[in-house]
Amino acid sequence: MTIGLGHYLTVAAILFTLGVFGIFLNRKNVIIIMMSIELILLAVNLNLVAFSAFLGDLVGQVFALVVLTVAAAEAAIGLAILVVYFRNRGSIAVEDIHLMKG
Amino acid sequence: MVLPALFFYLFAGVCIACAFMVIAARNPVHSVLYLILAFVNAAGLLVMLGAEFLAMILIVVYVGAVAVLFLFVIMMLDVDFTELKQGFLQYLPLGALLFLVFLLELGGVVFTWAFVPDISKAFASPIPPLADASNTEALGAVLYTRYVYFFQASGLILLVAMVGAIVLTLRHKPNIKRQNAMQQIARTKATAIEIVKVESGRGLS
Repeated sequence: MTIGLGHYLTVAAILFTLGVFGIFLNRKNVIIIMMSIELILLAVNLNLVAFSAFLGDLVGQVFALVVLTVAAAEAAIGLAILVVYFRNRGSIAVEDIHLMKG
Repeated sequence: MVLPALFFYLFAGVCIACAFMVIAARNPVHSVLYLILAFVNAAGLLVMLGAEFLAMILIVVYVGAVAVLFLFVIMMLDVDFTELKQGFLQYLPLGALLFLVFLLELGGVVFTWAFVPDISKAFASPIPPLADASNTEALGAVLYTRYVYFFQASGLILLVAMVGAIVLTLRHKPNIKRQNAMQQIARTKATAIEIVKVESGRGLS
């Protein structure tokens, strides 16, 4: 019973689909949607590192590092936008956001 | 040989269960805590893959920074989360359908792919054997030489994100007294004090 690349890819695939599922399930709550995006990015990272480890090429890990950076920046900016939006409207419901024209 | 498989299934199972609880938990605070547990277990998976540096970075960045940021925002905003939970079941059929379609597609990819025969010729930077360099050392040797522009670009992304977050959330409340350095420096004796001659027995009126 050895653990191969397919096992890791399966875990990453399940994580990815759970992230997509979360976006659909929590349509009103922006915070949960952002957490789902974090899950999706985690699945991507897991894929990159798994391929890097099983192929013996280090570039996948470098790329995973860049993805990690972008994920952190995205979380910071997204939460900042969320805080500003909450200050202006007093709610974070996604349905209200389409009223924000201009 | 059974121990690595055992740990793999432990980490993978807990990771997936926590990912499910992230999207299914009623309370967003619980969601964040499950997210932290999912990331810790993913870090365990990365350690098993031999990417120790990325595993530690995952814990430091996600558990230490991103999850705490989420927790901070959830606790700071006074949001009625039960109201946001309305319509949870309304989107369940469509979401479940898409979940299945995605999973089938990805399953089709996972179970049918194969490497190109001569892929090892295309390697940009092969992993050195563990006796020569640890994972961190090897990653550093590649990251700071060949991919230094990517490294700089990611630093720039973080800088822009930091400036953007500060600019977005900074605000000046109108009725708060602040120190005005220019006004203080521009003060002279003429504007600061006034000399009044007071006749005795009269006082100031």
